[in-house]
Amino acid sequence: MAASRCSRCAWLFLVFIYSLYVVVISEEPTPGNEQHASVADNPQTPAETVKQPTEERRWEATQVDETVPDDAAAANKQDLPVPDSVLTSTPPLKDEFQEELVIRPLHSGDIYASFQFRTVWETDFTRGRKVSHYRLFPKSLGQVISKFSVRELHISFTQGYWRTMQWGQPYLPSPPGAELWVWFQDTVTDVDATWKELTNVLSGIFCASLNFIDSTNTVQPSASFKPLGIANGTDHRFLRYATLPREIVCTENLTPWKKLLPCGSKAGLAVLLKSEKLFHSSFHSQAVHIRPVCQDGPCKTASLELRQTLNVVFDLHASGQGKREWSLFKMFSRTLTEACPLASSSKIYIDVTDNPQEDQFELSPATHLLSQAVVLGDRRTFSVYDLTQQVTFGTVRSLNVLIRWKSTEGDMLRPLLHAERYVAGYGLQTGEIHTLIYNNHPFRSFPVLLLDSVPWYLRLYVHTLTVTSKGKDNKPSYIHYQPSKDRMRPHLLEMLVQLPPHSVTEVTVQFERALLKWTEYTPDPNHGFYVGYEHIACHICHKSVLQVRNERIFQMCFSFNCRSSVVSALVPSTVAMNTNITKEQPLFSTFFPAKEESSYFIRVYTEPLLVNLPTPDFSMPYNVICLTCTVVAVGYGSLYNLLTRSFQVEEPNPGLAKRIANVIRKMRGVPPLVAKVFQSQLIQSVQTHKGRLVCVVNFATVTKIAPAVNYAAPMDAGTSAYLQLR
Amino acid sequence: MKLLTLLSLFVTYLVTDCINIENTAGQFFSSGHTNNWAVLVCTSRFWFNYRHVANSLSVYRSVKRLGIPDSHIVLMLADDMACNHRNPKPATVFSHKNMELNVYGDDVEVDYRGYEVTVENFLRVLTGRLPPSTPRSKRLLSDDRSNILIYLTGHGGNGFLKFQDSEEISNVELADAFEQMWQKRRYNELLFIIDTCQGASMYERFYSPNIMALASSQVGEDSLSHQPDLGIGVHLMDRYTFYLLEFLEDIHPASKANMNDLFKVCPKSQCVSTPGHRTDLFQRDPGSVLITDFFGSVRKVEITTEVVNLTDPIEQVDESPANGEAREAMYSYVDQLPVSEIIHQRSEM
Repeated sequence: MAASRCSRCAWLFLVFIYSLYVVVISEEPTPGNEQHASVADNPQTPAETVKQPTEERRWEATQVDETVPDDAAAANKQDLPVPDSVLTSTPPLKDEFQEELVIRPLHSGDIYASFQFRTVWETDFTRGRKVSHYRLFPKSLGQVISKFSVRELHISFTQGYWRTMQWGQPYLPSPPGAELWVWFQDTVTDVDATWKELTNVLSGIFCASLNFIDSTNTVQPSASFKPLGIANGTDHRFLRYATLPREIVCTENLTPWKKLLPCGSKAGLAVLLKSEKLFHSSFHSQAVHIRPVCQDGPCKTASLELRQTLNVVFDLHASGQGKREWSLFKMFSRTLTEACPLASSSKIYIDVTDNPQEDQFELSPATHLLSQAVVLGDRRTFSVYDLTQQVTFGTVRSLNVLIRWKSTEGDMLRPLLHAERYVAGYGLQTGEIHTLIYNNHPFRSFPVLLLDSVPWYLRLYVHTLTVTSKGKDNKPSYIHYQPSKDRMRPHLLEMLVQLPPHSVTEVTVQFERALLKWTEYTPDPNHGFYVGYEHIACHICHKSVLQVRNERIFQMCFSFNCRSSVVSALVPSTVAMNTNITKEQPLFSTFFPAKEESSYFIRVYTEPLLVNLPTPDFSMPYNVICLTCTVVAVGYGSLYNLLTRSFQVEEPNPGLAKRIANVIRKMRGVPPLVAKVFQSQLIQSVQTHKGRLVCVVNFATVTKIAPAVNYAAPMDAGTSAYLQLR
Repeated sequence: MKLLTLLSLFVTYLVTDCINIENTAGQFFSSGHTNNWAVLVCTSRFWFNYRHVANSLSVYRSVKRLGIPDSHIVLMLADDMACNHRNPKPATVFSHKNMELNVYGDDVEVDYRGYEVTVENFLRVLTGRLPPSTPRSKRLLSDDRSNILIYLTGHGGNGFLKFQDSEEISNVELADAFEQMWQKRRYNELLFIIDTCQGASMYERFYSPNIMALASSQVGEDSLSHQPDLGIGVHLMDRYTFYLLEFLEDIHPASKANMNDLFKVCPKSQCVSTPGHRTDLFQRDPGSVLITDFFGSVRKVEITTEVVNLTDPIEQVDESPANGEAREAMYSYVDQLPVSEIIHQRSEM
């Protein structure tokens, strides 16, 4: 026993001496001192130090790329000795693709399907570096965001209006038409010019009329939109927001959207995206969100995230033939046979929260995988189908998830917040915009930020702005108002309002309609439904964005208990309102970064408005021209005629008696008999004299007729009365 | 003696061979163009003009099937019929009764749509005088080796074509635009097809070389619709384009049908109107011009059996940030609704 102890002591002593020796050596002032320290710190560094020279060289090469023309760069590259290992070994996985489909059966019998495709790329565009190699990330978008120094880009195309009261909150809100908002990097000097160019380029990429976005429908919200990705500061000078409320969404927008996916529409969940089914629906929305996200927990490096989402609500009667039975085939006319081979995860989630005992609906094929996530302040349970597992497809090698209702009962919780808006008033001169915001929470109040962007041709009377809730004046704690300039920029109104519990808050503001120039009208100004491009139409389509910090219904302790009670191994281990966004969570629950655990952030869009502007009758100019021409032709023509035509005096053949009488008079030396002479035979010209028209009478005729006559007789223009001779 | 005959045989063989090669080479380059473009325009708005959209889309379908890629097609549709609220089958546009042929397809790309379809934009596309930030898909990037197909449909009259019911282009403007294209060397040969009432009046004033023009009706004649469908509630196509589509459906990239066959499409017995054509500006014999010279993008390819060694594969550039540039600043997500911050923000009322 003692001997063994002695030997241990000896060992310890030896180790001690050795460590002393190491310390002494390391404390010697060698140039490689720091390197040694790092070796001691990090066991991986030797490998790195070996790699460093090659990496440095490649870094230089890329730097050369940026400065010299292409040919020279290519020559440089060829000259560079390339290590064999780089060529043979596969490049490290720097990008990752996930796909996901969430299906939520709605109480109305409709069904809500939400696709999310997410590509995360461990690269940093923010430092102005040029990236030339693309793998999963679409090159067309990558080039755009690096060329225009875009930090964040959010674009959505939506057809139909999300009915919050029937369907609850969507996973991702979007307004009808097209919406685009972009955060530029702070290196951009001329933001407006860059924004204009960017919209043009995007209109080409997405086959949409985004080039109609100009200064008349672009705003810079001061508080409503914050970066959704990581950011160091929020200077709203680099933010631009615009909507085109009546933008058509159809297959030509879906085609380029699908082309951005790594698998296209050839494999994975995207095979379900067939346009004839997707557009035969009550609501269709497709979006692209690009933002920088944390690469890892401490968030020292950024990755670029591209999220493509597509939300669709199928109608029970239009596409379901009235039967409460839905399947993938019925919804999309396709079934699934494989996951996208490039995807690291490919899952279908079906919301079964309201169906704990399978008394509401039945799911087949049954799955034992369950998942819990907190979405929109509510703990939801999902059945999960993992498409990367071959078991999911069964023996038939195809997956057709079927949901069959057993009972039509069940009630949906009223959504905590929803908003409506309408135009009041009559006539075509003035009107009033009413916005109603409902807080359905029984005992909590919460703040709401309201954003209104109203086109210039509605002139807001800001002094009539009222905010009332429960019959009392509700003073907004923050108001930002930017008045419009005709044909230059729209009105922008932002307000921070506290909504009392269980209340309706009404915001009203009066406006006056402006008259447009006749070239500013659309080609179809009278055609009610389609009119509505903001900058031309007789309709105003604007929307308000509500941002809400909602209190969760569940109490805090409850949710934390739930977190610890999660036992299933395949279920994400985190629960709601987790402030760390990690990759293990389902995609639909990670869109808005949660900062606090007690509240969540949602955005609500009201319906767009249609306001009739006074529209002229566009055939009016022609009518006016025709009428004026007629008047001018008749009036001026007859007068001109009268003045210029020379009439021949036609001597009527006098009767026999008169002829004889004249012969006798001739013999007597008396002038012959002429009874009447028409005025036109006498008039030589017409002149104005002291404001009256004066006829100058043909002297010769007059002297021939009568020796004594009024040489200038006043007369009215156009009269055909003959001159009475004396 | 024998040697001489052998030699002469050899020489004749060589000569004939050379002639053969010349012939094949002549055929190879006979058309004189290297790329194909198409500008397809529907100028009519409103649901009852469904047939005009279907006209343009049927030509779009044909040229795409025969090989012109979407990047070389400029498609202008003045209204959205496929996702119109009156369309009982959304995302479809049919050319035949009983929903037999969906010419809209599943991968259409419309470049100009709705209010963008104006006379100004059309002329700018033709002449290439677009703002610098216009994307490539909205440009006609043709050169002097391009064969261009221009197809117009809508409501027209003697000497004009209406755009969107609010403006019109006259035949003189169109002729001048083509002249400008010719002077700017924007085409090699141009095929102009128009399906409107009194369509022949639109090509009367052309004066630039290498243009062949077809129209659905003579001056003084209406161009008539076809294929009424009770389910959709409107006429689906115009007669001329309907028979043009039927003709083009039988064409494949290797077919030898020529322009004389195209002139015979839709005789008066089928069309009711009299289709017209004009070839006096065109320099080749229409009988030698293949349909695929304009409607397809047939690339002449010679297959080689030799093995070609490709050298270095593409080098993967490492995009990882340099180690030296370690970032001190930590990123963080931004609070979406920082109430206190907003309240204390300086309000710019």
